[in-house]
Amino acid sequence: MIDFLKEPWPWYVAGPLIGLFVPLLLIFGNKNFGISSSLRHICAMCMPMKINYFKYDWKSEKWNLFYVAGIVIGGFLASHFMMETGKVDLSIQTVEDLSLLGVEDFSSYLPGDIFSWDVLLSPRGFIFMVLGGFLVGFGTRYANGCTSGHSISGLSNLQFASLAATVSFFVGGLIMTHFLLPLIF
Amino acid sequence: MKNIKFVVYGIVFGIILTKAEVISWFRIQEMFRFQSFHMYGIIGSAVIVGAASIMLVKKLKLKSVNGEDIIFPTKPYNKGILIGGAMFGLGWALTGACPGPIFAIIGNGYSVFVVTLIFALLGAWTYGLLRDRLPH
Repeated sequence: MIDFLKEPWPWYVAGPLIGLFVPLLLIFGNKNFGISSSLRHICAMCMPMKINYFKYDWKSEKWNLFYVAGIVIGGFLASHFMMETGKVDLSIQTVEDLSLLGVEDFSSYLPGDIFSWDVLLSPRGFIFMVLGGFLVGFGTRYANGCTSGHSISGLSNLQFASLAATVSFFVGGLIMTHFLLPLIF
Repeated sequence: MKNIKFVVYGIVFGIILTKAEVISWFRIQEMFRFQSFHMYGIIGSAVIVGAASIMLVKKLKLKSVNGEDIIFPTKPYNKGILIGGAMFGLGWALTGACPGPIFAIIGNGYSVFVVTLIFALLGAWTYGLLRDRLPH
Protein backbone atom coordinates (compact mmCIF):
# COMPACT_ATOMS: atom_id res chain seq x y z
CA MET A 1 0.00 0.00 0.00
CA ILE A 2 2.76 2.42 0.97
CA ASP A 3 4.61 1.47 -2.20
CA PHE A 4 1.52 2.17 -4.26
CA LEU A 5 1.10 5.60 -2.68
CA LYS A 6 4.73 6.49 -3.37
CA GLU A 7 4.88 5.27 -6.96
CA PRO A 8 3.36 7.24 -9.83
CA TRP A 9 -0.27 6.24 -10.38
CA PRO A 10 -1.15 4.60 -13.70
CA TRP A 11 -3.80 6.11 -15.95
CA TYR A 12 -6.39 3.44 -15.13
CA VAL A 13 -6.29 4.46 -11.47
CA ALA A 14 -6.13 8.23 -11.93
CA GLY A 15 -8.58 8.57 -14.84
CA PRO A 16 -11.58 6.84 -13.20
CA LEU A 17 -10.87 8.69 -9.93
CA ILE A 18 -10.94 12.02 -11.78
CA GLY A 19 -14.17 10.97 -13.53
CA LEU A 20 -15.77 10.33 -10.14
CA PHE A 21 -15.45 14.03 -9.34
CA VAL A 22 -18.30 14.67 -11.77
CA PRO A 23 -20.94 12.76 -9.72
CA LEU A 24 -19.21 13.64 -6.42
CA LEU A 25 -19.65 17.37 -7.00
CA LEU A 26 -23.14 16.94 -8.48
CA ILE A 27 -24.47 14.83 -5.63
CA PHE A 28 -22.67 16.35 -2.66
CA GLY A 29 -22.64 19.96 -3.79
CA ASN A 30 -24.95 20.23 -6.81
CA LYS A 31 -21.97 21.84 -8.54
CA ASN A 32 -20.60 21.36 -12.01
CA PHE A 33 -17.00 20.23 -12.10
CA GLY A 34 -14.89 22.98 -13.64
CA ILE A 35 -11.84 24.93 -12.65
CA SER A 36 -11.22 27.82 -15.03
CA SER A 37 -14.25 29.70 -13.68
CA SER A 38 -12.18 30.21 -10.52
CA LEU A 39 -10.07 32.64 -12.57
CA ARG A 40 -13.20 34.69 -13.31
CA HIS A 41 -14.27 34.64 -9.66
CA ILE A 42 -10.85 35.86 -8.49
CA CYS A 43 -11.01 38.73 -11.01
CA ALA A 44 -14.55 39.58 -9.89
CA MET A 45 -13.38 39.55 -6.29
CA CYS A 46 -10.12 41.52 -6.71
CA MET A 47 -10.54 43.90 -9.62
CA PRO A 48 -14.02 44.02 -11.14
CA MET A 49 -13.44 47.60 -12.42
CA LYS A 50 -17.10 47.94 -13.44
CA ILE A 51 -16.62 45.39 -16.24
CA ASN A 52 -19.91 43.66 -17.09
CA TYR A 53 -18.35 40.20 -17.19
CA PHE A 54 -17.38 40.60 -13.53
CA LYS A 55 -20.72 41.97 -12.35
CA TYR A 56 -22.33 38.93 -10.79
CA ASP A 57 -22.60 37.39 -7.39
CA TRP A 58 -19.20 35.66 -7.19
CA LYS A 59 -19.83 34.91 -3.52
CA SER A 60 -22.42 32.33 -4.55
CA GLU A 61 -19.60 30.55 -6.41
CA LYS A 62 -17.17 30.65 -3.52
CA TRP A 63 -17.01 26.86 -3.37
CA ASN A 64 -14.85 26.98 -6.49
CA LEU A 65 -12.23 29.09 -4.71
CA PHE A 66 -12.17 26.69 -1.76
CA TYR A 67 -11.75 23.87 -4.26
CA VAL A 68 -8.71 25.41 -5.98
CA ALA A 69 -7.18 26.26 -2.59
CA GLY A 70 -7.54 22.56 -1.83
CA ILE A 71 -5.73 21.69 -5.08
CA VAL A 72 -2.73 23.76 -3.96
CA ILE A 73 -2.69 21.95 -0.60
CA GLY A 74 -3.10 18.57 -2.32
CA GLY A 75 -0.14 19.33 -4.57
CA PHE A 76 1.91 20.25 -1.52
CA LEU A 77 0.96 17.09 0.41
CA ALA A 78 1.58 14.77 -2.53
CA SER A 79 4.97 16.27 -3.30
CA HIS A 80 6.13 16.18 0.33
CA PHE A 81 4.76 12.88 1.57
CA MET A 82 3.86 10.72 -1.39
CA MET A 83 6.78 10.94 -3.78
CA GLU A 84 10.11 9.24 -4.18
CA THR A 85 11.62 10.96 -7.17
CA GLY A 86 10.02 13.56 -9.38
CA LYS A 87 11.43 11.98 -12.49
CA VAL A 88 8.81 11.13 -15.11
CA ASP A 89 9.08 7.83 -16.95
CA LEU A 90 8.69 9.39 -20.39
CA SER A 91 8.64 7.71 -23.76
CA ILE A 92 12.16 7.57 -25.22
CA GLN A 93 10.88 9.31 -28.30
CA THR A 94 9.70 12.31 -26.28
CA VAL A 95 13.03 12.58 -24.49
CA GLU A 96 14.81 12.51 -27.86
CA ASP A 97 12.52 15.10 -29.44
CA LEU A 98 12.78 17.48 -26.49
CA SER A 99 16.54 17.02 -26.23
CA LEU A 100 16.82 18.00 -29.90
CA LEU A 101 14.88 21.16 -29.09
CA GLY A 102 17.37 21.96 -26.33
CA VAL A 103 15.71 20.70 -23.13
CA GLU A 104 18.40 19.35 -20.81
CA ASP A 105 16.81 19.01 -17.39
CA PHE A 106 14.62 15.91 -17.18
CA SER A 107 15.09 15.43 -13.43
CA SER A 108 11.63 16.53 -12.25
CA TYR A 109 8.06 17.19 -13.40
CA LEU A 110 8.97 20.44 -15.12
CA PRO A 111 12.15 21.22 -17.07
CA GLY A 112 14.21 23.58 -14.92
CA ASP A 113 15.74 25.09 -18.05
CA ILE A 114 12.34 26.54 -18.97
CA PHE A 115 10.45 27.01 -15.70
CA SER A 116 12.55 28.81 -13.12
CA TRP A 117 12.96 32.31 -11.74
CA ASP A 118 16.32 32.58 -13.50
CA VAL A 119 14.75 32.00 -16.90
CA LEU A 120 11.66 34.13 -16.27
CA LEU A 121 13.10 37.36 -17.60
CA SER A 122 14.67 35.83 -20.70
CA PRO A 123 12.63 35.79 -23.95
CA ARG A 124 12.15 32.04 -23.54
CA GLY A 125 10.87 32.33 -19.97
CA PHE A 126 8.58 35.18 -20.95
CA ILE A 127 6.98 33.15 -23.74
CA PHE A 128 6.51 29.95 -21.72
CA MET A 129 5.44 31.35 -18.36
CA VAL A 130 3.99 34.79 -19.06
CA LEU A 131 2.49 34.52 -22.55
CA GLY A 132 1.53 30.89 -21.86
CA GLY A 133 -0.29 31.83 -18.67
CA PHE A 134 -2.07 34.69 -20.39
CA LEU A 135 -3.28 32.40 -23.20
CA VAL A 136 -4.53 29.83 -20.68
CA GLY A 137 -6.56 32.46 -18.80
CA PHE A 138 -7.86 34.34 -21.83
CA GLY A 139 -8.54 31.20 -23.86
CA THR A 140 -10.36 29.21 -21.19
CA ARG A 141 -12.67 32.11 -20.40
CA TYR A 142 -13.29 32.86 -24.08
CA ALA A 143 -14.07 29.15 -24.60
CA ASN A 144 -16.18 29.12 -21.42
CA GLY A 145 -14.29 26.21 -19.90
CA CYS A 146 -11.06 24.23 -19.75
CA THR A 147 -10.06 20.59 -19.69
CA SER A 148 -12.15 19.94 -16.59
CA GLY A 149 -15.26 21.96 -17.48
CA HIS A 150 -15.41 20.94 -21.14
CA SER A 151 -13.31 17.82 -21.74
CA ILE A 152 -14.45 15.99 -18.62
CA SER A 153 -17.63 17.54 -17.22
CA GLY A 154 -19.16 18.75 -20.50
CA LEU A 155 -18.25 15.66 -22.50
CA SER A 156 -19.66 13.48 -19.70
CA ASN A 157 -23.00 15.20 -20.26
CA LEU A 158 -22.60 14.77 -24.05
CA GLN A 159 -22.44 18.48 -24.81
CA PHE A 160 -21.63 19.26 -28.44
CA ALA A 161 -19.93 22.54 -27.47
CA SER A 162 -17.58 20.61 -25.20
CA LEU A 163 -16.59 18.28 -28.02
CA ALA A 164 -15.90 21.32 -30.23
CA ALA A 165 -13.91 22.88 -27.38
CA THR A 166 -11.84 19.73 -26.81
CA VAL A 167 -10.99 19.49 -30.52
CA SER A 168 -9.98 23.19 -30.48
CA PHE A 169 -7.78 22.69 -27.41
CA PHE A 170 -5.94 20.00 -29.36
CA VAL A 171 -5.69 22.06 -32.54
CA GLY A 172 -4.01 24.83 -30.55
CA GLY A 173 -1.77 22.40 -28.68
CA LEU A 174 -0.67 20.60 -31.83
CA ILE A 175 0.12 23.87 -33.64
CA MET A 176 2.21 25.02 -30.70
CA THR A 177 4.01 21.71 -30.23
CA HIS A 178 4.78 20.91 -33.84
CA PHE A 179 5.11 24.30 -35.54
CA LEU A 180 5.80 27.04 -32.99
CA LEU A 181 7.95 25.37 -30.31
CA PRO A 182 10.81 24.67 -32.75
CA LEU A 183 10.83 28.41 -33.56
CA ILE A 184 10.86 29.47 -29.90
CA PHE A 185 13.77 27.32 -28.78
CA MET B 1 -18.34 25.81 7.05
CA LYS B 2 -20.24 24.20 4.22
CA ASN B 3 -17.33 25.11 1.95
CA ILE B 4 -14.82 23.04 3.92
CA LYS B 5 -15.82 19.90 2.07
CA PHE B 6 -14.77 21.54 -1.19
CA VAL B 7 -11.30 22.12 0.25
CA VAL B 8 -11.14 18.39 1.01
CA TYR B 9 -12.28 17.47 -2.52
CA GLY B 10 -9.69 19.89 -3.88
CA ILE B 11 -6.95 18.28 -1.78
CA VAL B 12 -7.81 14.84 -3.14
CA PHE B 13 -7.94 16.22 -6.66
CA GLY B 14 -4.56 17.94 -6.24
CA ILE B 15 -3.05 14.68 -5.00
CA ILE B 16 -4.42 12.76 -7.99
CA LEU B 17 -3.14 15.35 -10.49
CA THR B 18 0.30 15.18 -8.89
CA LYS B 19 0.53 11.40 -8.47
CA ALA B 20 -0.65 10.72 -12.02
CA GLU B 21 1.91 13.22 -13.39
CA VAL B 22 -0.87 15.19 -15.11
CA ILE B 23 0.88 18.34 -13.90
CA SER B 24 4.09 17.44 -15.70
CA TRP B 25 4.98 19.62 -18.69
CA PHE B 26 6.70 16.53 -20.10
CA ARG B 27 3.51 14.46 -20.01
CA ILE B 28 1.63 17.17 -21.91
CA GLN B 29 4.39 17.31 -24.53
CA GLU B 30 4.24 13.51 -24.81
CA MET B 31 0.49 13.77 -25.35
CA PHE B 32 0.70 16.41 -28.09
CA ARG B 33 3.37 14.31 -29.80
CA PHE B 34 1.22 11.14 -29.60
CA GLN B 35 4.08 9.28 -27.95
CA SER B 36 2.29 7.81 -24.95
CA PHE B 37 -1.17 6.60 -24.07
CA HIS B 38 -0.94 7.95 -20.51
CA MET B 39 -2.83 11.26 -20.86
CA TYR B 40 -5.34 9.84 -23.36
CA GLY B 41 -6.03 6.99 -20.95
CA ILE B 42 -6.62 9.44 -18.10
CA ILE B 43 -8.91 11.80 -19.99
CA GLY B 44 -10.70 8.94 -21.79
CA SER B 45 -11.39 6.85 -18.70
CA ALA B 46 -12.41 9.97 -16.74
CA VAL B 47 -15.01 10.79 -19.41
CA ILE B 48 -16.30 7.20 -19.48
CA VAL B 49 -16.71 7.16 -15.69
CA GLY B 50 -18.19 10.68 -15.70
CA ALA B 51 -20.66 9.88 -18.49
CA ALA B 52 -21.72 6.58 -16.90
CA SER B 53 -22.23 8.37 -13.58
CA ILE B 54 -24.37 11.09 -15.12
CA MET B 55 -26.48 8.49 -16.94
CA LEU B 56 -26.97 6.62 -13.69
CA VAL B 57 -27.84 9.78 -11.74
CA LYS B 58 -30.42 10.68 -14.41
CA LYS B 59 -31.82 7.17 -14.61
CA LEU B 60 -32.24 6.84 -10.85
CA LYS B 61 -33.49 10.46 -10.68
CA LEU B 62 -31.09 11.10 -7.81
CA LYS B 63 -31.28 14.35 -5.89
CA SER B 64 -28.36 16.19 -4.35
CA VAL B 65 -27.71 15.54 -0.65
CA ASN B 66 -29.60 18.76 0.12
CA GLY B 67 -32.64 17.33 -1.63
CA GLU B 68 -32.37 19.69 -4.61
CA ASP B 69 -32.82 18.68 -8.24
CA ILE B 70 -29.40 18.21 -9.74
CA ILE B 71 -28.34 20.76 -12.34
CA PHE B 72 -26.32 19.05 -15.07
CA PRO B 73 -23.46 20.77 -16.89
CA THR B 74 -24.72 22.36 -20.10
CA LYS B 75 -22.43 24.30 -22.40
CA PRO B 76 -23.94 26.49 -25.12
CA TYR B 77 -22.09 26.56 -28.43
CA ASN B 78 -20.68 29.73 -29.97
CA LYS B 79 -17.66 30.74 -32.06
CA GLY B 80 -15.77 31.71 -28.91
CA ILE B 81 -15.48 28.02 -28.08
CA LEU B 82 -13.37 27.49 -31.20
CA ILE B 83 -11.25 30.65 -31.04
CA GLY B 84 -10.80 30.66 -27.27
CA GLY B 85 -10.31 26.90 -27.27
CA ALA B 86 -7.44 27.13 -29.75
CA MET B 87 -5.88 29.98 -27.76
CA PHE B 88 -6.04 27.87 -24.63
CA GLY B 89 -4.49 24.96 -26.55
CA LEU B 90 -1.51 27.15 -27.49
CA GLY B 91 -1.09 28.10 -23.85
CA TRP B 92 -1.59 24.53 -22.66
CA ALA B 93 1.31 23.29 -24.82
CA LEU B 94 3.52 26.18 -23.64
CA THR B 95 2.88 25.98 -19.90
CA GLY B 96 2.07 22.26 -19.86
CA ALA B 97 -0.77 23.18 -17.52
CA CYS B 98 -4.49 23.72 -17.67
CA PRO B 99 -5.99 25.78 -14.83
CA GLY B 100 -6.29 22.87 -12.32
CA PRO B 101 -2.66 21.81 -12.69
CA ILE B 102 -1.48 25.45 -12.38
CA PHE B 103 -2.73 25.37 -8.78
CA ALA B 104 -1.29 21.91 -8.14
CA ILE B 105 2.10 22.91 -9.59
CA ILE B 106 2.27 25.86 -7.20
CA GLY B 107 1.50 23.45 -4.34
CA ASN B 108 4.30 21.20 -5.57
CA GLY B 109 6.70 24.02 -4.82
CA TYR B 110 7.38 25.44 -8.29
CA SER B 111 7.00 28.97 -6.98
CA VAL B 112 7.64 30.56 -10.36
CA PHE B 113 4.22 29.26 -11.45
CA VAL B 114 2.69 32.01 -9.31
CA VAL B 115 3.73 34.26 -12.20
CA THR B 116 1.91 31.98 -14.64
CA LEU B 117 -1.19 32.10 -12.43
CA ILE B 118 -1.04 35.90 -12.24
CA PHE B 119 -0.88 36.12 -16.02
CA ALA B 120 -3.69 33.59 -16.38
CA LEU B 121 -5.76 35.88 -14.14
CA LEU B 122 -4.73 38.85 -16.24
CA GLY B 123 -5.76 36.89 -19.35
CA ALA B 124 -9.18 36.13 -17.85
CA TRP B 125 -9.51 39.79 -16.85
CA THR B 126 -8.55 41.01 -20.33
CA TYR B 127 -11.15 38.68 -21.81
CA GLY B 128 -13.74 40.26 -19.52
CA LEU B 129 -12.65 43.71 -20.65
CA LEU B 130 -12.79 42.92 -24.38
CA ARG B 131 -15.69 40.50 -24.31
CA ASP B 132 -18.28 42.70 -26.03
CA ARG B 133 -15.91 43.40 -28.89
CA LEU B 134 -14.91 39.79 -29.55
CA PRO B 135 -16.74 37.45 -31.97
CA HIS B 136 -18.87 34.89 -30.15
